[in-house]
Amino acid sequence: MTIKILTLTIAALGMTAFAAQADPLRIATEGAYPPFNFVDSSGELQGFDVDIARALCAEMEIECEITAQAWDGIIPGLNAGRYDAIVASMSITPARLEAVNFTQPYYQAGAVLVAPVDSNIMPEAEAMAGQIIGVQRASTYANLIDQRFPDATTRLYDTVENHNLDLIAGRLDGVIAQRIFMSNWLESDEGAGFEMKGEAMLEPEILGLGAGIAVRKDDTDLLERLDAALDAIMDNGTYAEINDRYFTVSLMPAR
Amino acid sequence: MNFQVIIDSLPRLLNGALVTLELVALAALAGFVLALFIALARLSRNPLLWMPAYGFIFFFRGTPLLVQIFLIYYGLSQFPEVRASVLWPVLREPYWCALIAFSLNTSAYTAEIMRGAIQAVPRGQIEAAMATGMSRLTRLRRVVLPQAMRIGLPAYSNEVILLVKASSLASTVTLMDITGTARTISSVNYMPVELLTTAALIYLTINFLLTRAFKVLEHLISGETRAAVNDPLMAAGLNTPEAMKKIQVK
Repeated sequence: MTIKILTLTIAALGMTAFAAQADPLRIATEGAYPPFNFVDSSGELQGFDVDIARALCAEMEIECEITAQAWDGIIPGLNAGRYDAIVASMSITPARLEAVNFTQPYYQAGAVLVAPVDSNIMPEAEAMAGQIIGVQRASTYANLIDQRFPDATTRLYDTVENHNLDLIAGRLDGVIAQRIFMSNWLESDEGAGFEMKGEAMLEPEILGLGAGIAVRKDDTDLLERLDAALDAIMDNGTYAEINDRYFTVSLMPAR
Repeated sequence: MNFQVIIDSLPRLLNGALVTLELVALAALAGFVLALFIALARLSRNPLLWMPAYGFIFFFRGTPLLVQIFLIYYGLSQFPEVRASVLWPVLREPYWCALIAFSLNTSAYTAEIMRGAIQAVPRGQIEAAMATGMSRLTRLRRVVLPQAMRIGLPAYSNEVILLVKASSLASTVTLMDITGTARTISSVNYMPVELLTTAALIYLTINFLLTRAFKVLEHLISGETRAAVNDPLMAAGLNTPEAMKKIQVK
């Protein structure tokens, strides 16, 4: 009898394993956040997040399907079952943890204020009063402005590219966004004439502990597999190799 | 459905509704005035008038409104000349950019509605007006435009309703209209169903009131046709001079 149950269990396990292999894991990213995730000239999704996602899939030995999703609907889309995981530089925050589960952080960046070189704006509550600051809608940086610089006027943009366009156009006194992303932008031709003001802001209670991979609350099995795969690629050097493709500094979080 | 979330976000959404209503009202007004000139230019036989009007209508009806907004908002600001010009204080503001895009867009559609309505005025009426010696302008003012208004109003009410819905694109250039507010709140609480449903209900209410208002307006300016329906003699075809004579004889 026990043997029979055991074989049945093994068969059932085998079938779930088979099912997991047959169905590709559907991963969403934004595709508008270079160099973390973006669409290249041939229409392919590329970037640090995308490479990490691919490395995780290779580590878990499953097939993956990575698609681009608009940022402000990316969590509702996950909970609606349109995809199974979000690898999109999403910061782990208490508010988001109420809606989804996160793996351990896979990188840590912090926020910076970027403004024209000749501006004397600083990331301090008083200096920010009355300044028009651009920020991406639904990002942790919007919360940072609300809580740390309540007297600044916030303009909400659908993508970071759009707030940078308006920074160049002179509609904004500054933008607050992720440090690595902005330092890359500052090195590009577009970023000429702009600089980071003051120190990078870490603010873990607002900005979170770093970027994690979001999965549905009930998907604990996938969460464990992703966490294990993250540990593996950070240990076996895959992470470092991907990191070096995009950045000169290591983004690997302290574990 | 979390009704508490809906109730809590209502004040902010209604604030957004004010932005939407203001944008729609101003764009509809500016678009209407502009459309009148474009329609008259389009109907002119002078190529210097009808060709630009044709081109304007062709461009604004043939391209998506979102593209027009982006061209005006992000496109124009790319040119240092524009940023240095006297227009920059206006073009700098997302509000004005959205208003300009909506006004130009709706004026193109409204001009076509007006052109169709003006051309639908029976030829005989214009000939009759000519026969009484009315000048071109008097004819336009007293015969053509009042009738064209009656003919074009149902189509125009449609255009205004479309404008209310199209105004949701203002949220893409950072404006906090109904849609922008709903998207911002749902980006914090991750309850898009509640917020977007409430936003949809607000749009529905605005458009319901608008359709009623246009119904009333249609009723008010349709004096003669209504008389025709209510007059039993007219309805029976008995108000022609011959019929009248017959009745009097009896």
